[in-house]
Amino acid sequence: MAIVNLKKGEVQAKIVYYGPGRGGKTTNLEYLYRKFHDRIKTEMVTIKTHGDRTLFFDFLPIEIGKIKGFDIRIQLYTVPGQVKYDATRRLVLRGADGIVFVADSLVIRRKENVLSLKNLADNLATYRKSLVDVPIVLQYNKRDLEEEGIPLLSLATLEKDLNTQLKAPSFAASAQEGPNVVKTMKKIIVMTMDSLRRDLM
Amino acid sequence: MNYVFNREQITAIEDILERDLMDLGVHSVFLIDMAGNIIANKGTGEDQHDIYSLAALAAGNFGAVSTMAKLIGEEEFSLLFHRGQKESIHFSKVTNDFLLISIFGKALSLGFLRLKVAEATDKIVPILGS
Repeated sequence: MAIVNLKKGEVQAKIVYYGPGRGGKTTNLEYLYRKFHDRIKTEMVTIKTHGDRTLFFDFLPIEIGKIKGFDIRIQLYTVPGQVKYDATRRLVLRGADGIVFVADSLVIRRKENVLSLKNLADNLATYRKSLVDVPIVLQYNKRDLEEEGIPLLSLATLEKDLNTQLKAPSFAASAQEGPNVVKTMKKIIVMTMDSLRRDLM
Repeated sequence: MNYVFNREQITAIEDILERDLMDLGVHSVFLIDMAGNIIANKGTGEDQHDIYSLAALAAGNFGAVSTMAKLIGEEEFSLLFHRGQKESIHFSKVTNDFLLISIFGKALSLGFLRLKVAEATDKIVPILGS
């Protein structure tokens, strides 16, 4: 649910990072916070458990400059990935204008990725939306671990598992090290702005 | 669903926030949507609150409390309010999509604030729908 304020000439849109627990959603936002620190005037908000897991959400507002004369303010959120936090995950998803699905490339997390994507579809359905209604980008995270000899799912397998029907843009990334983290964000912002423009025209 | 607010709508809402709430002694007030976006806000300028984070947290908090209400068989809780040593915060649902958040000090009674928030809400609803 984006807000267009014609008095201030400002567009606010909400982008939610979704995916299985320990997949790197918070790490994506932490990287972006470090990278764009000069553009972010506030602290990143995190609501965590004592064990450092996301309890409710992380929140990072970014001003990305002007598009067609409008100041664009993007609100980045993560959901808690753990299965038990479904009620709070659904709350954070409310009004999402774009979604980044952060999949975990570890072989042992294959099933969790598929279940989390299904959970996303189920939770969107509670807002009468489906995966095709909302702009979505897939990110295959933790690719850097390959160099350490840790067994990872191939990109082809991840595509087959998660993107056969969606056919969404996807990026192999490392939220820890940085490759493609910014590209993922830029892609979802462009898609979200295109979608808003189509909706409002 | 996306919302576009023109200059007249935003100005009318800001006038209501100013006259009905800021003039009463409220320190900061903002109208937000349930996704945590800000539609309009007014403040005294003395407190430099991080209003975007406040809006995100307020929307999340309101959503969490509403879900708790439903889990115990209530449609919603009529009062959502946090009292601090110096500042307190009051949440009021305007419509299904919008919330009014007021931050106020000890000089203002909660009862009087609730009355004025209700009056302001009645004025804001038709503007949001127009």
